[in-house]
Amino acid sequence: MDPQAAKLLGAGFAAIGAGMAAIGVGNVFGSFLQGALRNPAAADGQQGRLFIGFAAAELLGLLSFVVAMILIFVA
Amino acid sequence: MAAEQGKVDPMHQFMIEPMFGTDHWQIAGYNVAFTNSALWMAIATVALLAFMWGGTKRQLVPGRWQMAVESMTGFIDNLLAANIGPAGKKYVPYIFSLFMFILFANVLGLLPIGLIGLHPFTFTSHFSVTGVLAVMTFAIVLVVGFWRHGFHFFSLFVPHGTPLWLMWLIPVIELISFLVRPFSLALRLFVAMMAGHVLLKVLSGFVIAGTNSGLLWGTVVGIPSFALMVAISALEILVAAIQAYVFALLTSLYLNDAENLH
Repeated sequence: MDPQAAKLLGAGFAAIGAGMAAIGVGNVFGSFLQGALRNPAAADGQQGRLFIGFAAAELLGLLSFVVAMILIFVA
Repeated sequence: MAAEQGKVDPMHQFMIEPMFGTDHWQIAGYNVAFTNSALWMAIATVALLAFMWGGTKRQLVPGRWQMAVESMTGFIDNLLAANIGPAGKKYVPYIFSLFMFILFANVLGLLPIGLIGLHPFTFTSHFSVTGVLAVMTFAIVLVVGFWRHGFHFFSLFVPHGTPLWLMWLIPVIELISFLVRPFSLALRLFVAMMAGHVLLKVLSGFVIAGTNSGLLWGTVVGIPSFALMVAISALEILVAAIQAYVFALLTSLYLNDAENLH
């Protein structure tokens, strides 16, 4: 396969990672909302943890974006 | 914005260009020309100083401006009290500066002043900038950790209740996760800002190309893309605030590790 084509294909495949991270981030917020609606009084105290989970899930999606960018512009 | 063949180059906005000074302004081989990145850092600093100056007049009855500033300081104060405890009080100036600087940078980079021909530049979309911010945080964590706990700081790598037969593995994993922190911290901010701006420029390319190729494509591609751009712009404002918050939050968590071990 042409190396340039392989790079672009790889960058496209990296988008799968971004989609997976979207599932993860949705899961974080969805689960938080589920818990928060069951016990709204305790929800405010957990917002820090919510964003920690969000940040962790999001980072992995952003990493796939970095992989795509490296494939297109650097490698 | 390079508009060759009706295409928008989504990476052109991240170009660092010297505003004044040239490539010949060198100190020890490094170019020190005043760039657009430096300009927008200066603008963010000036805007932040103006914001703080207007709100720290210690009025007995606070006006709106002072309330705005106090709600920000109170926000960071609460963040540190919740994550570090009483020992977190002394980090308020650092975390507050960090949070506000990143917030101002992110929001200033989103200003629609392209309408009047100026080019906003989001310097937080550069790894060199966020990397320095993250390294500063990491350095403070290391200094505080070793200052307060000495070599006992290394117990950070051995969580409570680690079974003895896992001692060969857990510290290694903890060490790696500790060393990766500055990278993940810097990477998150820079990629989040960059991805959003690239997305906006790609969509703007759709709008331009769609509208240029006639009424049909303008309606089918151009208008929906434009609507999406408006929505994404709103999302970007949210992301700008969330990323600044996440940076401050994670910094405070890392400082908590250094302050209280775990």
